Amino acid sequence: MTETHEAVEKAARDSWGRLLAFLSARSRDVAAAEDALADAFRAALETWPRTGVPDKPEAWLLVAARRKLIDLARHRQVHEEATPALIAITDVAQQMADSAEIFPDERLKLLFVCAHPAIDPSSRTPLMLQVVLGLDAARIASAFLVKPSAMGQRLSRAKTKIRVAGLRFELPSASDLPSRLDAVLEAIYAAYGSGWDDVAGADQRRKGLAKEAIDLCALLLRLMPGEPEVHGLLALMLHCEARREARRSESGTYISLSEQDVTRWSGAMIEEAERLLACAAQFGRIGHFQLEAAIQSVHAQRAQTGHTDWESIAMMYAGLVRIAPTIGALVGRAAAVAESSSAENGWALLEEIPIQSVDTYQPYWALTAHLLKRMQRFNEAKVAYTRAIGLCEDSAMREYLKRKVAEIV
Amino acid sequence: MKYMLMFYLNKMEFDSRTDPKTRDAFWGSFMPYLKAVREAGIFAGGAGLEPPDTATTLRILDGKRLVQDGPFAETKEQLGGYFLIDVPDLDTALDWAARYPAGPGGGVEIRPAMTGPAEA
Repeated sequence: MTETHEAVEKAARDSWGRLLAFLSARSRDVAAAEDALADAFRAALETWPRTGVPDKPEAWLLVAARRKLIDLARHRQVHEEATPALIAITDVAQQMADSAEIFPDERLKLLFVCAHPAIDPSSRTPLMLQVVLGLDAARIASAFLVKPSAMGQRLSRAKTKIRVAGLRFELPSASDLPSRLDAVLEAIYAAYGSGWDDVAGADQRRKGLAKEAIDLCALLLRLMPGEPEVHGLLALMLHCEARREARRSESGTYISLSEQDVTRWSGAMIEEAERLLACAAQFGRIGHFQLEAAIQSVHAQRAQTGHTDWESIAMMYAGLVRIAPTIGALVGRAAAVAESSSAENGWALLEEIPIQSVDTYQPYWALTAHLLKRMQRFNEAKVAYTRAIGLCEDSAMREYLKRKVAEIV
Repeated sequence: MKYMLMFYLNKMEFDSRTDPKTRDAFWGSFMPYLKAVREAGIFAGGAGLEPPDTATTLRILDGKRLVQDGPFAETKEQLGGYFLIDVPDLDTALDWAARYPAGPGGGVEIRPAMTGPAEA
């Protein structure tokens, strides 16, 4: 029994996303494909202990899921053009069973559907995690700090939209590809969490999904090896991930990037990130993820050189602000300039950012406090620290900032 | 699948369809669009609509007809016309919607037509 359980679990891990992509692309109904596939896995748990695990578990699961899916399609009166496609699934399953051919991987289509502009942006990341990686709604809900029921509703709304509005399960055209790919990458990065880990600290609530985000990006890279920004995003996440251990002391207190013990960084992850970045550079098409990864790469060099080349970082932030002037990039540039030239110059850049856009942006207030303190404007610094502490979502970061205020006499 | 493309216009754009100074420019870009939709063999109906100040709204309240002057909801942009098109998926519908020569204030809402009992 346990052996079968293990076989089913392994099949689920290896092929959930693949089978779901294959079934969804033909039914254009993700929710029905999920139901049908879950049924097929349940049937496997009942059947395989008696019959043994089939040679090609995926072909077996596909045939089982197809039956259920046709029932569902008839029941829901989905687009009549979908039914022939569902019936043809049997032929594919048969071919698979007869040949050494590996199962077609259509997960890329699924990724692009999840991050389709017609899908509400706040649903894209959860949708991807659920349909491509098979994570359950409760797990996703806890990572996004919402009630499982609310997350379930959000996911089901998105799936209904895919079915009823008739989203296309195809790769975007060449002219749409850059913006559509960026939406996929943004959704993956949102699963990873905030990347700017010096002033901001790691966004702890998404911590549990960091590994999933990296897996998802690694999958995307296998499917789209010719896109430098995919390399860039994976490199960026690996650089951040390499420092996870070093970001907290034994007792759990927060350690800022400049104070981190470099021997606690993961050399293997940094090496992999560097390899990816070098590979991306060969395409000669720069993008914001590559630039962000390059910034992290400069930070990583401290492990070898013992110092941080803030001038290079400031230059890269200037480039980043040109192509992607996000609040994060503007604050990052101000921090880099404060380190490479002077607190006053960094401060001048911070003052250029419209205040209403950073009202609740914690890293802005943390940096503001830090620079005011360096400029010995202690009273203003205290006010800014209080604001930064009030906007903190992470207790270790909160304690770190409290210690910084206490240092002001 | 059938989709309705609903063209929303603001006051200025409604006026631009009939104003002698701008109407040639408006129809000069709209007619080629209509032609392209027809030639693609996807056109399943449509009409341009008179401005919202010509609209009349009916509600039934306590079994009585309540007829009012004006559109159903007062919004800055109002429905100025629609196409019903028959295309394979939303992405294709979006491609056709993107070709609509919208003015600066306008936009296109795309809605799938219901299938099943309500299908014409």
